[in-house]
Amino acid sequence: MKVPFSWLKRYVDIDVTPQQLQDKLFSCGFEVEELTCLGEGISRVVVGVVTEAVPQEGTHLHVCKVDCGPYGRDIQISTGAPNVYVGMHTPAALDGATLPGGVTIKAKALRGIESNGMLCSGEELGLNEDLYPGAEVYGLLDLPKDTVPGDDIRTVCGLDEYIFDISITANRSDCQSVLGIAREVAAVLNKPLKMPATDYTASEYTDPRLSITVQAPDLCPRYIGHYVRNITPGQSPRWMRRDLALCGLRSISNVVDITNYVMLEIGQPMHAFDMSTLESCRIIVRRAAQGETITTLDGKQFALTPQNLVICDGEKPVALAGVMGGLNSEITEKTTQLLFESAKFARDNVRKTARSLGQNTDASSHYEKGVSEYTTELGMARALHLIQELGCGEVTASHIDVSAGASREGKRFPARLSRINAILGIEVPADAVLDILRRLNFEVSLAPDGDTMQVVAPRWREDIEIGEPDLAEEVIREYGYEHIKPTFLKAATVTGGGLTPDQQRQARAKRALCAQGFYEAITLSFYADADLDALHIAPDAPQRNVVRILNPISSNLTIMRPLLAPSLLNAAVENLKKGNAAGRLFELANIYIPHQQPLTELPEERLHLGLAAFGEQEDFFALKGAIEALGRAFGIEFGYRRANAPWLHPGVSADILCGDECIGVFGKLANDVTAELKLPKDSRDNQKIFLAEIDWAALMAHRRAALRYAPLPEHPAVARDLALVAEEATACGDIIAEMRRACPHLGEVQLFDIYRSEAIGAGKKSMAFTLHFVPGDKPLAPEEVDRFVKKILGNLKYRLNVEIR
Amino acid sequence: MEEKISALRAQLEADRAAVHNKQELSDFWQKYLSKNGAVTGLTKGLRDVPKEQRPAAGKLINDCKVWAEGVYESLAAQIAAAELEARNAAEAVDITLPGKPNPTGGLHPITLVKNEIIDVFAGMGFEIYEGPEIEDDDHNFTRLNVPKNHPARDMQDTFYVAEDIVLRTQTSGGQIRVMDAQRPPIKVLVPGRVFRSDSDATHSPMFHQMEGLVVDKNITLCDLQGMLDKFVQALFGPEVKTRLRPSYFPFTEPSVEVDVSCFECGGKGCGLCKHTGWIEVLGAGVVHHSVLKNCGIDPEVYSGFAFGIGIERIAMLKYGINNIGLMFENDLRFLRQFQD
Repeated sequence: MKVPFSWLKRYVDIDVTPQQLQDKLFSCGFEVEELTCLGEGISRVVVGVVTEAVPQEGTHLHVCKVDCGPYGRDIQISTGAPNVYVGMHTPAALDGATLPGGVTIKAKALRGIESNGMLCSGEELGLNEDLYPGAEVYGLLDLPKDTVPGDDIRTVCGLDEYIFDISITANRSDCQSVLGIAREVAAVLNKPLKMPATDYTASEYTDPRLSITVQAPDLCPRYIGHYVRNITPGQSPRWMRRDLALCGLRSISNVVDITNYVMLEIGQPMHAFDMSTLESCRIIVRRAAQGETITTLDGKQFALTPQNLVICDGEKPVALAGVMGGLNSEITEKTTQLLFESAKFARDNVRKTARSLGQNTDASSHYEKGVSEYTTELGMARALHLIQELGCGEVTASHIDVSAGASREGKRFPARLSRINAILGIEVPADAVLDILRRLNFEVSLAPDGDTMQVVAPRWREDIEIGEPDLAEEVIREYGYEHIKPTFLKAATVTGGGLTPDQQRQARAKRALCAQGFYEAITLSFYADADLDALHIAPDAPQRNVVRILNPISSNLTIMRPLLAPSLLNAAVENLKKGNAAGRLFELANIYIPHQQPLTELPEERLHLGLAAFGEQEDFFALKGAIEALGRAFGIEFGYRRANAPWLHPGVSADILCGDECIGVFGKLANDVTAELKLPKDSRDNQKIFLAEIDWAALMAHRRAALRYAPLPEHPAVARDLALVAEEATACGDIIAEMRRACPHLGEVQLFDIYRSEAIGAGKKSMAFTLHFVPGDKPLAPEEVDRFVKKILGNLKYRLNVEIR
Repeated sequence: MEEKISALRAQLEADRAAVHNKQELSDFWQKYLSKNGAVTGLTKGLRDVPKEQRPAAGKLINDCKVWAEGVYESLAAQIAAAELEARNAAEAVDITLPGKPNPTGGLHPITLVKNEIIDVFAGMGFEIYEGPEIEDDDHNFTRLNVPKNHPARDMQDTFYVAEDIVLRTQTSGGQIRVMDAQRPPIKVLVPGRVFRSDSDATHSPMFHQMEGLVVDKNITLCDLQGMLDKFVQALFGPEVKTRLRPSYFPFTEPSVEVDVSCFECGGKGCGLCKHTGWIEVLGAGVVHHSVLKNCGIDPEVYSGFAFGIGIERIAMLKYGINNIGLMFENDLRFLRQFQD
C-alpha cells in the first residue's frame, strides 16, 4: 500500500527521516517494500528566470540568458520550447544536472550556439497535472513568479516527497489506509495522533422518500447512506489532487475524488450514487437474482448469480456491492444530488464476486481484507466533512444507518501481565506494558493485584481475538524483539526422537540405489491424462481411476499421479533432450488412489519406488541387477515372471515376485511407446530406456526380520564349471531351479556365458555355469562332487532336455 | 704372492667397469668369486709360499677376497637399482588420463537438506511425522484457525480435488494430526510435499516444507529463538544468528518472521542478502490458543511454538541455486553436483 510521507506528517509530528521511519515500521511489523523519492534522479535543477530570449533565424530555437541566482546570473541556455518568454520562471537544468530516467545534461553547442544547460518541461521532471498544475502544458514549465532563482526545483515542485510502499499482513486490515499507518507511526514514535477533521453541519433538509433496506444482513452487516444535494461539480483543490496522484489515482471531479480520498485516507471504500437516477429514492441490498445483469462504471456487463450481492434502487441493480458502482447511477457533471454509501460487506463474499467476475478493484481489495464498523462511520463523517470543506454541496439531515446489530464498543477482556510475560519468556515491566498498550489506543486499567488488567481494544482492531497472546504480540513488537533472550527449552521435558523404522528403511533403500549409480529425482506429484495415454494405459485400466484437480494451474497438471512411471519417463526424455545420453534415476514418492468418485474422503496415498535407466550401456539385466541389489539390502530374493504392463516390452519385462506376491514390475520401454517419444526422429527408435515401479509397502512386507549372523562353513566350497546345451526356449531360471532340486548341497550358481553356433545346432544355446557346492561338516571329496554333478545332469536331461556339451 | 694379488686387484678393477647387467654380473662372479674363480684360486697358490710367510699371505688373500666380495655386492645393488628404475619407467602411466568411472549416484539436494534439518532436530528429541499430502479442509485450514471466510485463505492459492479436500498448502496440518494423536510433551517435525497454485522463478506448484511443533508446559518465545539459533548454526555455521520480527500467521500468536544474519558476508551486506545483512529463512510463532483448544489441549496449562521451513528456500540459499524450477527438472548435470 502506498503512503506519501507528507500525508503521514499531517497526522503525526514525525521528527525522523523517511529511512529511519522505514526501520521503525519494519521493527513493529510493517515491512516497507519500497521507499521511493518522487524527485529521485533529479539533481542540479534549479529555478531560473529568463532574462533574455532571442529567436534564432531559421531555427525553432531561442537563445536565452537565464538568472539562476547563486549558480550564475547570466547563464546562456538554448531552448526549442515555443512558450519561452522573458520574465518566465522555469526549471533550469545546469551543466552536469541529472533528470529522471538517467538523463545527464551537459553544456554543449546547439546549432553552433553554446548552451550551458537545459530548460525543462514538467514532464521532463516526472510531473503531471495532478502533482503540479501546469505540468502537462506543451513546452516549459511556467513556475509562479514568487519562486526564487537558484532554489532547488525538488523543493519548489514538491518533488522532495517520499512514498512508502508498505506490505500489510492479512490480520491488520485496519492499517490499509494513511490514517491506519499514521496510528502505528504515532505509537512507535510515541507522538500524539492528529485526527483528520470529521465534523460537519447538516442542514435541516430531509428527504422523506429516501429509504434503505438490507435484505442480506449476513453479507452486509452495516450500511450507512447520507443524502447530499445542491452539488456544484468542479475540480478538487490542489492538495487533494496531489495526494491522490501520489497514491497513483487520477483526479476526476470533486465528488468522485472525495470518495477515493476517503478510501485512501480512512480505509473506507465509499460510493456516491446520482440520487436522481435512483428509482423511488430507494436502496435495497440483496442477493442478485439468477441471470440478473449489471453494467459497471467501466462499461463491462456481468450476468450475476445469487452468490453476488447487489445494491438496487426501487427496480434494478445500481452497484455490485463492494466491487464497483453501476453505470446507470454514475456521478456526472450534471449530478446535482447524491447518496453517499459507506458500508461493511462480508469479505469472503466480495472476494468470491470479484474473483468469479474477474473484476478486482481498489474497493474490492479493501473489502476482502476487511473493513471495521468503526471505519464505516468514520469514512462517512470524513466524506461529509470534505463536502463542506470543499464547498461543493449541502449535507442534508437525511442519514440512514442500517446495522445487523454488531457492538459499537471495542472488545473488552481481562488479561494478566504474568501471562503476557509467560508467553514472551521475558519480564516486560508493568509500566512499559501499560504504556505500549495505551500508545496503541487500548484502554487499560491495572487491578490492585498488580497483575490483572481490564482491557478495551480500539474499535478498529477487529483482529484482536483471544486476549493475552494478542497483547503479547502488541507488546513485543513495540518493546522490541531484540529483548527476547534465546533460551534452549529450559523448562521442557526430555523426549526421544528420530526417524521411524520405516523412514530409516527408506533412507537405506535410497543409499542402496545410490550405490547402484542411481540419482534421486523429485518430480511433480501431478501430471495429465496425456501422460497415461503416452504409456498406452487403456482407458478402462485401474490406473485411470485418479484424483482430479478441480482448479489445475495448467492443462498438463490436472491429475494426481496413479503411477511414477510417466514422471520418470519424462525426466529421462528431458535428460536425453538436453544431451545427457545416459543416466539412472529413482524416486520414492506417493501415488494416489481414490476410494470413490467423486471424492468424499481422503484418497489412499501409497509410497512407490520408481526407477529409470537409459543409455547405450543399459539393458534389462543391468536394471535387474540393481533391483536385486536393492533386495539384498533388505534380505529379499525376488522371483520373476513375464509381465504384461502396456508401457513395457512384452518380451523384455518382468513382474517382480516375493513368493507369489507381485510387488512391482520392470523392463524395457515398449517399442510402440518408444516410437512416440517426443525426441528427434533419428534418435528415438534406438533409445534404450528401462523403467521399474515397485510398491514400497509390499516390498517391505517381505523384508528380513532382523540381521542374523550365519556361521562360516568350516570347509571351503568346491566349484565346478558345466557347459550345457539347452533348447532356445528353456529359461535359465528353470535350469537353475532344477539344479537345486537335484542337489541340496548346491550353493551359489553363476551363469558366465551364453553361446550359439552352428555346431551346437539351430534353436539351441550353450550355457556355461559355475556351480558352488557347499560342504556339510566334512570336506567334500571329489567323488562326492562327481556324484552331485551326475545327479544334476540326470535331472536336467529328464526334466528339461538339457545336456552337457 | 703380493704381486699376484695386486695384479688381480688391478684386473678386477678393470673388469668391474664392464659389468652392466645380471649376465655380466654373473660372469664377473664366475671369473673371480666362484669355486674356480681367480680370487678363490689365490688360496691354491698358498702352497707355494714359504711356510713362515703363509700367515701373512693368507691374510692378504683373505683381505682381497673380502674386498672382491664387497665389489660384487655393490655391483649387484647397482644393477638391481638400475633394473627397478628401468621397470618403473616402463610401467609409468599418464596420470592425467581420466579415471575409470565406477557407478555413482546421489541424493537430491532437497533430500540432503531435509536430512540435515532432520538430523539437527532429531538430536533435540523431535519425532518425524509425515501426514497426508491430500488433506481435508478441516486439517489444512479450519482447525488451524483459518475458518472459511478468513482472509488468510487468500494468502495461499489452493488446489482443490473435492469440495472440502485440498492438496495440502502447508505441512502445518500435521500439527493437528499429531496433537489429536498425542498428548504433550510433543516435539515433532513434519516434512513433506505441499502444493500451491503458483509458478515462477521462485515458486513451484509443488514444493517442500518442514513444520516443527513443540508443546509442553512453560514454552516461551525465548525458547523458540534459542532452538532456531541452534538450527541455523548447524546449517549455516556457528557464527550465524537469528533475528525475529513481527509477522502474521493465523495459527500462531505472536507470529514472527525469522531472519538469519547473512552467512555470505557476515552481515556486512552483499548481493545474497540484498545489502540488508539479513536473510529471511522461515516463519514461526507461539501456537495460537484456538489451535491448542481445537486439539483438546488446555492453553492455560500448555503452551508451544511452531515453525515452518521452506526446504527449497534453504537448499537454494545453501547451494546458491537461483531458480526453483531446476529442483524438479532432474537434469543429471544438476543432480551430479550434489553427491554427498
